[in-house]
Amino acid sequence: MSAAEILTAPERAGHEGASPLLEVEDLAKHWPVRRGLILARQVGTVRAVDGVSFHLRRGETLALVGESGCGKSTTARLVLRLIEPSRGALRFDGEDITALSGASLRRMRRRMQIIFQDPYASLNPRLTVGEAIAEPMLVHGIGDAASRAARVRELLGLVGLASFHAERYPHEFSGGQRQRIGIARALSVQPELIVCDEPVSALDVSIQAQVVNLLKDLQARFGLAYLFIAHDLAVVKHMADRVAVMYLGRIVEIADKRALFADPRHPYTRALLSAIPHPDPARRGRVKPLGGDVPSPMNPPPGCRFHTRCPHAAAICREREPPAVEVAPGHRSACHFARELPPAGLDFSGGLTPAAARRLALFASAGRPAAASV
Amino acid sequence: MREPLLRIEGLRTVFRIPGGEFAAVDGVDLEVPRGRTLGVVGESGCGKSVLSLSVMRLVPPPGRVAAGHVWLEGRDLLALPMEQMRQVRGSRVAMIFQEPMTSLNPVHSVGAQIVEAMRAHDPGASAAALKERAIEALRRVRIPAPERRFEEYPHQLSGGMRQRVMIAMALACSPRLLIADEPTTALDVTVQAQILDLLRELQAETGMSIILITHDLGVVAEMADEVAVMYAGRVVERAAARALFEDPQHPYTLGLLGSVPRLDEERERLLAIEGVVPPPFALPKGCRFHPRCPFAIEACRMAPPALEEIAPGHLAACIRAPVEQSVAA
Ligand SMILES: Nc1ncnc2c1ncn2[C@@H]1O[C@H](COP(=O)(O)OP(=O)(O)OP(=O)(O)O)[C@@H](O)[C@H]1O
Ligand SMILES: Nc1ncnc2c1ncn2[C@@H]1O[C@H](COP(=O)(O)OP(=O)(O)OP(=O)(O)O)[C@@H](O)[C@H]1O
Ligand code: SF4
Ligand SMILES: [Mg+2]
Ligand SMILES: [Mg+2]
Repeated sequence: MSAAEILTAPERAGHEGASPLLEVEDLAKHWPVRRGLILARQVGTVRAVDGVSFHLRRGETLALVGESGCGKSTTARLVLRLIEPSRGALRFDGEDITALSGASLRRMRRRMQIIFQDPYASLNPRLTVGEAIAEPMLVHGIGDAASRAARVRELLGLVGLASFHAERYPHEFSGGQRQRIGIARALSVQPELIVCDEPVSALDVSIQAQVVNLLKDLQARFGLAYLFIAHDLAVVKHMADRVAVMYLGRIVEIADKRALFADPRHPYTRALLSAIPHPDPARRGRVKPLGGDVPSPMNPPPGCRFHTRCPHAAAICREREPPAVEVAPGHRSACHFARELPPAGLDFSGGLTPAAARRLALFASAGRPAAASV
Repeated sequence: MREPLLRIEGLRTVFRIPGGEFAAVDGVDLEVPRGRTLGVVGESGCGKSVLSLSVMRLVPPPGRVAAGHVWLEGRDLLALPMEQMRQVRGSRVAMIFQEPMTSLNPVHSVGAQIVEAMRAHDPGASAAALKERAIEALRRVRIPAPERRFEEYPHQLSGGMRQRVMIAMALACSPRLLIADEPTTALDVTVQAQILDLLRELQAETGMSIILITHDLGVVAEMADEVAVMYAGRVVERAAARALFEDPQHPYTLGLLGSVPRLDEERERLLAIEGVVPPPFALPKGCRFHPRCPFAIEACRMAPPALEEIAPGHLAACIRAPVEQSVAA
């Protein structure tokens, strides 16, 4: 049996074209902040996620981007029901899963899996790679020992590792290989959705490229949907179909990738895009830094949360919270001036020189080097 | 051409391991021009940090510099008595690191630590004068309300502010060379842009030279005048920044350029370099990149290629460069 036959769940065909795979509505998570050791007293609340709404279709990649602490991982954990929301609703495949528990929660969990940023911390050092990959199948009572072992071999091949790697332990693998193991483990239960929480952020660029290519191949092959969390907008542009930009627990802009990069309608999205240094010295000096620091999520600014750093802020921004405005179909921005903002003036032209492009093409076509086998 | 501020010649730094030793930096030649920035780029483990620690003579045991020279303003830093080297550190050459939290002492205020660093180089100065200079140093790195920040502790500052404090300390005694080892890697992209901007402004003000170590080709393109690409302990390509990006020569440089997703181009697949960086105790013979190189031929396995001039000021260590001529032949 080929890997494709094993992994293509037959029941999946019936769902095409129906409701989105995942719908998130006004989701929030507020963490209490306590001080004191014995009589821990609540001294505040971290509004880690504070009312986010989005949907994700089958086979689609929605990227969640934003700076450290804006609530990306918390959103991921809420979606997977690993933590309980403070408010809001979650629907998976049309079914309300906000309050699921017990066996029905377990059944639903089989359909959504996660890949973490840190391939070192996310694998149990005492399990062999084979055991780690088989573990989710064991948890969900799938197959018997023999069929699981066969499946582990299939999965290893699928992610570019070899069957004999099943007997080894995680410490014998490089970061990129461990991330492949994490991907094989997530795939083992034939999920429909994989939440990828910064899956390539800890990897070197050459290894990052291998893993990004692998994730795209697997998506094309199995129709997976990805909630792809990242802070590198270039990686996001390469991976995503749609992009949601988060700031201090809120989604400030969400749009199709092309629309978001071509005509961002929120000042924070523009600030993020113009802060990226391009691998092109001819474009040096165009990076425009945004002033100030991200305010504390314990005490977010009133009105628009971005007003303390926003170059377009006016009186209304300090007083009233901007609603999400639909500036074009599927393109929403939570800025009082979403429609009025002047053109972003971002320039993404340039690209490789002809000489560089020619040599890169030769690199790609010159065939696999001797050490290509892992 | 003017004499460079710093010239590294044949630097080799080794670490002792059970049953022998390995070279983390293995025969590196580099020059840092006056008032300019040398970018050193390469993936994890290629020896960037060991290179900078070697220049500072701060390589921790079981490591040691086994060979080479580091010429700064006519003196070989590697030959200086330790006492003189301590004077050079801070006053002529200073260094900042990736994670400012680990290099700041959590139990002392920010101001006390800057004063301490200044006192080491000016033992005669009064406490009041040092405090004034420390506040001035904080102001120079554009820290708002420097008088108040002087009293604060590292944990009260954001990552970007801590990196500013580190830069303030490093620049307190007006060094001629600043070595910045991944100074923005731990920071968000908007904060990175602030710090890079600050470094550029300070360079324009003081005329100092910078060695900027990074694995981010975007940061290199943004900041560096000259670039050295490192792989497995060696420099594989050296050129002016524009030449490196416009006319990349070494296959590893090509691989790096193809691996980064770009905002100014749509590509279905990234050009991933196959395999992984070899560990320094199990290096391949010949060209260290040959097991991962699609252009490798038999000769690449035999002898390590020399770093040779391909165009004026543009050096590459590859017998197949320029690759289009080799492939056509
Ligand atoms: N268990 C918790 N208790 C209290 N606060 C928490 C907890 N988990 C997260 N937070 C806080 O919630 C906010 C959002 O954290 P989260 O990890 O979701 O951010 P993130 O966007 O994933 O950041 P990063 O890019 O650094 O991973 C942060 O201020 C964080 O300190
Ligand atoms: N204290 C040490 N003891 C033993 N080996 C070391 C030590 N420091 C560095 N090395 C080894 O030397 C080699 C070069 O390390 P170095 O830290 O210079 O890499 P780097 O290019 O700075 O990588 P990164 O991008 O991860 O910072 C690595 O193989 C590393 O394991
Ligand atoms: S609402 Fe005002 S402060 Fe917020 S992003 Fe828009 S212009 Fe800036
Ligand atoms: Mg996170
Ligand atoms: Mg390093």
